[in-house]
Amino acid sequence: MFYTVKDLIEQSHEYPSIADLMISVEMENTGRSKEKIRSLMECNFEAMEKSVKQGIAGVKSVTGLTGGDAKRLDQYIADDDFLSGKPILEAVRNAIAVNEVNAKMGLICATPTAGSAGVLAGVLMAMRDRLKMTRAEQVDFLFVAGAFGLAIANNSSIAGAEGGCQAEVGSASAMAAAALVYAKGGTAEQSGYAVAITLQNMMGLICDPVAGLVEVPCVKRNALGSSQAMISADMALAGIKNVIPVDEVVEAMHKVGQQMPGIFKETAEGGLATTPTALKLKKEIFGD
Amino acid sequence: MKSLRFNSVFDIIGPVMVGPSSSHTAGAARIGKVVRSIFGEEPDKITIDLYESFAKTYRGHGTDVAIVGGLLGMAPDDERLSESLKIAYDKGIKVAFVPKSDKVDHPNTTKITMFKGDRKLTVTGVSIGGGNIQISEINGFKISLSMGTPTYITIHQDVAGMIAKVTDVFSDRDINIGTMTVTRESKGEKAIMIIEVDDRKDHEEILKELQSLKNMDNVTFFE
Repeated sequence: MFYTVKDLIEQSHEYPSIADLMISVEMENTGRSKEKIRSLMECNFEAMEKSVKQGIAGVKSVTGLTGGDAKRLDQYIADDDFLSGKPILEAVRNAIAVNEVNAKMGLICATPTAGSAGVLAGVLMAMRDRLKMTRAEQVDFLFVAGAFGLAIANNSSIAGAEGGCQAEVGSASAMAAAALVYAKGGTAEQSGYAVAITLQNMMGLICDPVAGLVEVPCVKRNALGSSQAMISADMALAGIKNVIPVDEVVEAMHKVGQQMPGIFKETAEGGLATTPTALKLKKEIFGD
Repeated sequence: MKSLRFNSVFDIIGPVMVGPSSSHTAGAARIGKVVRSIFGEEPDKITIDLYESFAKTYRGHGTDVAIVGGLLGMAPDDERLSESLKIAYDKGIKVAFVPKSDKVDHPNTTKITMFKGDRKLTVTGVSIGGGNIQISEINGFKISLSMGTPTYITIHQDVAGMIAKVTDVFSDRDINIGTMTVTRESKGEKAIMIIEVDDRKDHEEILKELQSLKNMDNVTFFE
């Protein structure tokens, strides 16, 4: 078992890939067979695929606060007249799709949490054809993301109530960036840099859900979290390093989470959640 | 090795669940389901105390419907979860939610008390993120159950020899018991054993064997 990102990178050199290391650790910790572990991950993968498809087709949340934006962006991409780039916009569209499904109490796969479920599914489904990934390679992508996620979770947090949104969408985005580097043929060290670059940019991000719902600003934070994963991965693949070592960045995020006031940790008592519009919406939805 | 909060890749990638929040919906449903197994039967009255983040956002995140769904035996990916309050109402189960302002160790904490006639059981559960949970207290006894390891929960009569009979089932199969908690409602009444083991092998056979023991009411296995 690895504890830090550094352990993870070092130990991965003894295996064909980070995915193989993760699977072997999982076998050791649970006593499950390799086949069983892969088939469990395939179930997660299929749920991710379905939620992207469902969201793009167009959904509406229980409260009506979110929904329909994945469909809107899909049309915008089809019109072929945009500023950034197609892969990024598709990742963003997919991420929105998953979180819109989440907000309507539909079935999603938490990666690492439900509130941040759009990022990883978003980038994977946008890049799998471009990177000519086989189905097995797409499942491997999830093992790699999970490996980096474990190191972040054990040294910091993945819960908004503990560490704010940096711990949720920040972690999701970092995991996705690391897995993208892997899928593009980068080194484990480059995956580590992608994690560091992502987390340091997300540092301090608060969790301030309007009306206590997982809708505003969560859906859009997932959207931009996925775009950031793509950019961080590209930066790391270009050979850009990070001055602060990745495990120190994770530790810093942990401390920031502890120092963050409770009003910014999923309590809906600060940030966007206490804007006049948010308070009005809360009253309309819950009647108090 | 350091004791890790998260041991499995599926703590990070997964669970597949009904939205919107892994800690406030999936974790809450899992706590409910574990508490139901510890109680061992359908309650006729439930009191759910909610603390900190759970107390502040339980309606928006579906924490209320998730805990009750779990207490009715539903899993986090059960699409009937959103209907759980109505299902409980139709069954005649009384449910009360009590948001508390007390400080607790973890922001996502709930203390659930289940009643069935004269029986009463109080369990405190914590949702630590990503749908992962811990059970921290049963009837006032502090415990630490992560539910990430294979765990057996038995409800049985508080009579002499039960613990030995149960542990024999594991030692006969060469399965090591990692941690074990034994508690009871009162002397000679119902007792509870929570056993975390190092190996999930033969769990179906073990369940049958435990279930067939004299004075055993109910046994559940959690992976």
